[in-house]
Amino acid sequence: MTAQPAISAHEPVERSLFAVPGMRCAGCIARLEGGLAPLPGLVSARVNFTARRLAVDHLPSLGVIEIKAAITALGFDAEPIRDAAALIDTGESRALARAAAVAGFGAMNIMLLSVSVWSGAEGATRDLFHLLSAIIAIPVILYAGRPFFRSAIGALKRGRTNMDVPISIGVTLVTALSLFETLTGGAHAYFDGAVMLLFFLLVGRMLDSVMRDRARSGVAALLKQSAPGARQEEEEGTSAWVEADRLVPGQTMIVAAGDRLAADGIVESGSSGLDLSLLTGESAPQPVCAGALVHAGTLNLDAPLYVRVTAAGPDTAIADIARLMEHAGQGRSRYVRIADRAARWYAPAVHLLAIFAFAGWMVAGAGWHQALLVSAAVLIITCPCALGLAVPAAQVVAAGALMRRGVLIKDGSALERLAEADRLLFDKTGTLTLGRPEPVDLDRIPHAVRPAALALARASSHPLSAALRRALEAEGVRPADLAELVEEPGFGMRGRWDRTPVSLGRPADGLAAGMAVAFTSDDSPTIILHFRDMLRPDATATLARLQNLGLLCSIVTGDGAEATAPVAHALRLTAQTAMRPQDKLDAIARLAAAGRRVMMVGDGLNDGPALAAGHVSMAPASASDVGQTAADAVFLGDSLAPVAIAIVVARRTMAVVRQNFVLAVAYNALAVPLALAGLVTPLVAALAMSGSSILVVGNALRLRRAAR
Amino acid sequence: MTGLAILIPVALGLGLCGLAAFFWAMRTGQFDDMDGAALRILIDDEEDD
Repeated sequence: MTAQPAISAHEPVERSLFAVPGMRCAGCIARLEGGLAPLPGLVSARVNFTARRLAVDHLPSLGVIEIKAAITALGFDAEPIRDAAALIDTGESRALARAAAVAGFGAMNIMLLSVSVWSGAEGATRDLFHLLSAIIAIPVILYAGRPFFRSAIGALKRGRTNMDVPISIGVTLVTALSLFETLTGGAHAYFDGAVMLLFFLLVGRMLDSVMRDRARSGVAALLKQSAPGARQEEEEGTSAWVEADRLVPGQTMIVAAGDRLAADGIVESGSSGLDLSLLTGESAPQPVCAGALVHAGTLNLDAPLYVRVTAAGPDTAIADIARLMEHAGQGRSRYVRIADRAARWYAPAVHLLAIFAFAGWMVAGAGWHQALLVSAAVLIITCPCALGLAVPAAQVVAAGALMRRGVLIKDGSALERLAEADRLLFDKTGTLTLGRPEPVDLDRIPHAVRPAALALARASSHPLSAALRRALEAEGVRPADLAELVEEPGFGMRGRWDRTPVSLGRPADGLAAGMAVAFTSDDSPTIILHFRDMLRPDATATLARLQNLGLLCSIVTGDGAEATAPVAHALRLTAQTAMRPQDKLDAIARLAAAGRRVMMVGDGLNDGPALAAGHVSMAPASASDVGQTAADAVFLGDSLAPVAIAIVVARRTMAVVRQNFVLAVAYNALAVPLALAGLVTPLVAALAMSGSSILVVGNALRLRRAAR
Repeated sequence: MTGLAILIPVALGLGLCGLAAFFWAMRTGQFDDMDGAALRILIDDEEDD
């Protein structure tokens, strides 16, 4: 890119990450990277288009706020990402990809040698080829088998068994026996089988891990991290930006209209309206004045506030909810994935079968050498190669199909739990409704003055202004050129359109109830516009579909009964109202105790503990960071339909997984008698293994259209 | 038979080259931004100079 000013090597360079969801094309990449280059103190700016992320290396003299301002000046919305380390952690996928590459290399070369053996190489040539196979296979197995060996040892130490135990035992035994065969000039060596098994299984693991990373980075890009700090008043009357974790009680922070509070505190001066929706789910703004107790995470709407910090960081009300959430999430970590459940009976069965084969041949009078060979053949033929692919292949295909429909599934276990859900709890504000005000009576503004109204609305960051702007822009209105545009604290915007004074702001007391703005133009009568939080599109149809799927739905909300009634009535749902986060947790615990698998759909910070406690949970992309982090799945867009689609796809996925299990087991059932009879040569083992793997992957690919 | 002495090391060597190339590509982050790489080729660098 553009030449950078020389920076001496010993100066410390900081790396900041920004989520820039608005980049769409090559031009955006060039504009961002080129546009930031002239900033003083900038070392490099690099866009990651896949993750919609911008990595900026800069000197400490260049602050995050300045960089964000520069990105905004280039025409992009940018949010600093605080926890950079958590995002870049794709280490597991990388390690698995490396292991799979090594196993693939080994499998191909050993197969090359094996094919010559199968086609009739004999004597010294066969022994040489077996020896070469051993030289390739043993380092490959030691390297590529580590993920399985490690997990198997971990499980055995805790006195449990999982899918990796039979895999590890099988691979180790088969390799040891094949090595013995090779050194003694035997006819059969199963190196190809052992390495191919590892290769197929590693591909399955890698698919699973890549799916998790992709969904996680998708969710991370949505995180808003709205209040990483606050402007703090200093002694000489100046002010400075302080990061949230450096705020201490006793300081005074200045919260401008449109900013989120970074800490709990008491209002010292100023009066304004606060949007508490993040904390309580309540959408109507709450008026505050001097002396009022305010909480971190709430949004200041109208006028600047001076707030004395009483609690910061881990002591805030938000942090309490986070602790509640951490506790609630423990139940879910006890969930055992379907592959491991299958391994519980599969692993002992396989081991018993191998022992019986050994004992049977010994009793029948064969030597211990032949008996061991047969039991090794049984192990490799029953090794859950197809089983290892059966689950991840189906889940990856389904997650890809869902992603195209705007549902991000965080991991495979979420799909399994989603398919089991039989009871649905919805939060109201922001989940069943859009969680943002929409104008109800836009027609009241005459077409002639709409450009002026749009220009006024565009200049303010108040949520009602933003709603009016969206509605007017959707109607194709172009903004007028206004002069003398000013924001009047506590009221709204004023300006002059040609010679006509226009204003958009809070209605005079007693003129309007609920959420409303007043628009005036010259001397004509004031126009009052009402706003309401609308239901999500498709909400009624989606709920009908969910009922058809046999899921009982109801509402749990922090709102009062009065605010909930219209929504509950429109959707014909029962509702529990005025629930605190702990109450929602209790409701889920009661249902779970009654044997129901509860799915929680919610968005707010107050839903966080419930989202973590539910058997499975889902949040809209408009949800708070906490909501999205706690949920198993996130759906994009305004429509509620993805909730039903996700459940349908999850159920179909589990049906395919079960089919895959049946296919894999049936395949084994055919091959096991051959193995017991001692008829399985390495050629038969290789054919059986690749055949069953192709079968289950092919079956999984049918899910590609599942979300249509 | 002498052909084998040449061909097998050649086959293994080529395979190892491929493996090494893959490891190098992973380490230098060639797979980090697949969509971006497809778009960067469209950027007209000459305007910047």
